[in-house]
Amino acid sequence: MYTQALDLPDPAQRGLQAVPPPAASVRETELQSHFDAKIDADRKIEPRDWMPEAYRKTLVRQISQHAHSEIVGMLPEGNWISRAPSLKRKAILLAKVQDEGGHGLYLYSAAETLGVSRDEMLDALHSGKAKYSSIFNYPTLSWADVGVIGWLVDGAAIMNQVPICRCSYGPYARAMIRICKEESFHQRQGFESLMTLMAGTTAQRDMVQESVNRWWWPVLAMFGPPDANSPHSAQGMRWGIKRISNDDLRQKFIDATVPQAKVLGVTLPDSDLKWNDERGHYDYGAIDWDDFWAVVNGNGPCNKERLATRVKAHEDGQWVRDAALAHARKQQARQLKEAA
Amino acid sequence: MSDISNEWPLWEVFVRSKQGLEHKHCGSLHAADAQQALQMARDVYTRRMEGVSIWVVPSASITASEPAEKEEFFEPATDKIYRHPSFYAIPDEVGHM
Repeated sequence: MYTQALDLPDPAQRGLQAVPPPAASVRETELQSHFDAKIDADRKIEPRDWMPEAYRKTLVRQISQHAHSEIVGMLPEGNWISRAPSLKRKAILLAKVQDEGGHGLYLYSAAETLGVSRDEMLDALHSGKAKYSSIFNYPTLSWADVGVIGWLVDGAAIMNQVPICRCSYGPYARAMIRICKEESFHQRQGFESLMTLMAGTTAQRDMVQESVNRWWWPVLAMFGPPDANSPHSAQGMRWGIKRISNDDLRQKFIDATVPQAKVLGVTLPDSDLKWNDERGHYDYGAIDWDDFWAVVNGNGPCNKERLATRVKAHEDGQWVRDAALAHARKQQARQLKEAA
Repeated sequence: MSDISNEWPLWEVFVRSKQGLEHKHCGSLHAADAQQALQMARDVYTRRMEGVSIWVVPSASITASEPAEKEEFFEPATDKIYRHPSFYAIPDEVGHM
């Protein structure tokens, strides 16, 4: 599961963007041109290779936002584990939520190779300084939401994540390959669960439609602001971190999803959605970016609840982490004493 | 910088995907001790039967070559093309050799 949040500007850094880089030393110019040549040749950058500070910072921000999204993404679905309609669906949902936790861990590890500690990243999340995907700030009100999250949210995530498998930073690209392999299960289980509901009663079909109506627009916003308003995009493209623009990914997702909705028998809530023969794509209506920014800036329906749940889980687990460490140190001390 | 002294140490994880193949690096994780690192590696990296054996190594125990010295470090091998079989021309009639 994942995120537009990929490249959400950090408000604290906005001011810094305008400051011109300091005059580089000769040595640095040489390293920079070596780095640029590698990027141009589509070769990977590895953890201990020289890299521009701005490249490192962008990656730390992007990978940690991505990791936070995976971890916070466990919450909306976790809400339904104890209320899944059958043992089969419960086992599937547990496996999926566990995968999201795993994805978060792969990504935190990848970010740590850039010299940022796990604690620093968690602090940034818990203090509200770091962002995560705004999609997880919407509530899961019905069981159909679990299916729709799999189908649409994970579907959008896959669209977004596949190009990152070719990211210029080795550890991020490798983590993404692993994640993408697992993500397909997430989307398919969601779609299959919705097909089951659509073959059920009128009330079940209505529940699916109501859920699709709620999720469709926030899902389209997951791809991020339109290219014209996406200040980081050009630099991300230059660095081989971003491969396909927000608008192109969004279009690709819509084109892929419309036929799926037809198979499912649901209507996508957009009266402007229609095939454009000339463009060879579906046209779609205007996205409410004010709503998107309101959610990003902390005013979505669940922002406070999600963060509070995350902080509580972290604080409640503190004694376990302390005890495990104390035990390990004690064992180590005992071994040293015996050896002496 | 936050205080990292109470962070669980970092471990590198190597997984043998099947009997007969080598262990391959697949990522890292934090764990309090080696036993816990193994169990966590199992949960994080082998949820879909990706492995039959796992090694965990404290990341701090790994000594790595310097990327900046890559050219000098690997230089001894760059001018010894006679170490490759393709260096030697053998008549076609000899067949596969």
